[in-house]
Amino acid sequence: MLLYILRRILIAISVVAVTLIASFALFYVAPTDPAGVLCGERCTPARYEEIRRSLNLDEPLPSQVGNYFKGLVVGRTYESGGTTVECEAPCLGYSYLLGQPVTKLFAQAIPVTFSLVLGGAIVYVSVGLLAGVFAARRRGTLFDRVTVGVSLILNSIPYFIVALIISLYATFLPPTQYTKLFENPAMWASGLLAAWLCLGLANAASYTRYSRGSMIESLGEDFVRTARAKGLTERKVVYGHGLRAALTPVASILGVDLAYQLTNTVFTETIFGLPGVGLMTLRAFFTFDLPVLMGGVLVGSIALVTMNLIVDVLYTVLDPRVRLS
Amino acid sequence: MTTTAIETGSGRAKRGVPRVPGAPLLELQDLVMHFATRGDGLLGRKTSKVQAVDGVSLTVREGESLGLVGESGCGKSTTAQLITRLLKPTSGKILYQGNDIARLNERALRPYRREIQLIFQDPYSSLNPRHTVGSIIGTALRTHNMTAKGKELARVQELLEVVGLNPEHYNRYPHEFSGGQRQRIGIARALAVQPKIIVADEPVSALDVSIQAQVMNLLEDLRKEFGIAFVFIAHDLGVVRHFCDRIAVMYLGRIAEIGNRDDIYGAPRHPYTQALLSAVPDLGTVRGTPPKARIRLVGDPPSPINPPSGCRFRTRCWKAAEVCAKEDPALTRRNSPQEVACHFAEAPEESIIADLRADA
Repeated sequence: MLLYILRRILIAISVVAVTLIASFALFYVAPTDPAGVLCGERCTPARYEEIRRSLNLDEPLPSQVGNYFKGLVVGRTYESGGTTVECEAPCLGYSYLLGQPVTKLFAQAIPVTFSLVLGGAIVYVSVGLLAGVFAARRRGTLFDRVTVGVSLILNSIPYFIVALIISLYATFLPPTQYTKLFENPAMWASGLLAAWLCLGLANAASYTRYSRGSMIESLGEDFVRTARAKGLTERKVVYGHGLRAALTPVASILGVDLAYQLTNTVFTETIFGLPGVGLMTLRAFFTFDLPVLMGGVLVGSIALVTMNLIVDVLYTVLDPRVRLS
Repeated sequence: MTTTAIETGSGRAKRGVPRVPGAPLLELQDLVMHFATRGDGLLGRKTSKVQAVDGVSLTVREGESLGLVGESGCGKSTTAQLITRLLKPTSGKILYQGNDIARLNERALRPYRREIQLIFQDPYSSLNPRHTVGSIIGTALRTHNMTAKGKELARVQELLEVVGLNPEHYNRYPHEFSGGQRQRIGIARALAVQPKIIVADEPVSALDVSIQAQVMNLLEDLRKEFGIAFVFIAHDLGVVRHFCDRIAVMYLGRIAEIGNRDDIYGAPRHPYTQALLSAVPDLGTVRGTPPKARIRLVGDPPSPINPPSGCRFRTRCWKAAEVCAKEDPALTRRNSPQEVACHFAEAPEESIIADLRADA
């Protein structure tokens, strides 16, 4: 198991590295002129050259990639308008637009997004699973139809509209703001509550349907009948035998969803004004802040490979027939 | 009522259970199970009923083994699930030691769940792949408080030994065993709670022939040793003949003929039983004796959604006459040791028709 995880981590690192090199190629080598865009309308050749040099665009691509990786491991220095900036490892680069090291920017943004996404996930997984299990057990009844109907409607409305409506009408909830968890846990929770509910309820719709379908299937399995014949209580039959088997497909969807949301909760962050990763990357995209964009790619790919690894390990817990090798 | 203790290991010598059947243990009275099905009508939904089991009555005595045979879809497995109350019957009574358990709720059923156990047909899907063998058998023990706290593992290992598995394998998962071994796990699970009756729903159909014999011998040993009554469902008429004291032949949700093994196999009275037995491959032909006449039934059994009037077998019966469509033949003794549900059970065909003509 430990060996397997170590090997997977090595593979994960190489996946992230390849992703970075590919993004380098796309961002820096593509027929765009980032320096020109940054320089703006009143651009002098001297200033243009300076921007090119500050972005290391004057160097050949291999050396750019090499420098970037070197920065990640041992740190590097940047020159900006005559002053030298130390960028400690892991150095993700330096944003000239914001005048800040990218690592520091992400160090501020990641906790916000993490708090938002994980809190939201707790809401949608618990609501979705409960509603799904209840609907599956009462399949065909009014409760089941209403549940499926509501979740379909919620799913068909674009997410930003759901989010907007919740943020407009849920004024009885505490106003949204981000406080660091370790500074004031109560403020942290109350400030994020509205965003959690918004992200949670909108996603709960699809999780209700996943878990309902998966649960209907597992409750029809022969071993569930065996459990009943043994004389187990209905609760043990449904949760111990039925739900446990139904969790496997739900877990794999959850892994991908979490990885995606860690970098793409743009709507939630925008509407609730939370300075998270999604918002920052989006801003970087509009202002052509390449180092920040690259940081976003890095964070996103790390989130994805980590989640996949966690899901794979989780599989062996959920289903002992799955062997890691 | 004395519970027969399932002695194992050193106490194996206890063989005092009489082979002669005792008092009635389980009695089905006019048991009916109809499933509602939905078809698409022009306006809204049409509902129709699948009459899976339609008026089955039979008795199983203590220590007795009753075979339930019949072709696919005749309601054998539904009957098994009704006896074990995995299904709730539409009407009728299931008397277990005189108590009707047909309408009991899950909580009131729990004590009976211990005494009436089920062995499933498919040893692959009926064991939860996420639980170890120890937990599969142990849960049954725990649910019915069968062992003291620390003794559970010892008891599980004991049971594994009884069914011929390695007791050290309690920590393995079902997928690590072969089909025959898995069926043994299912049997150990059923035995764990010391049942008085085991309903075995085609316990060997999913196994290959050599393993079938092993599992059948195991069941036979357990039956002799612990005096457990069996309701044994099978396709294989040879296996049933070997294992069962009494036999019930089912056709389209009803019992066609029921009686002692030798009567049913020796002198079947119901045309359907005759046809069924004539379909058993005859080894005599290999040795050179002339083959017995084989009765070929034409067509498929009618749909249980819309069964024929009167006798259900009349659409495929070569003896069918007008009376068969009008009158449902009762399951009674008709000059025979066994009970038969057929108007023309005993007498030669011609004379009965002549009698009826004379009446008319």
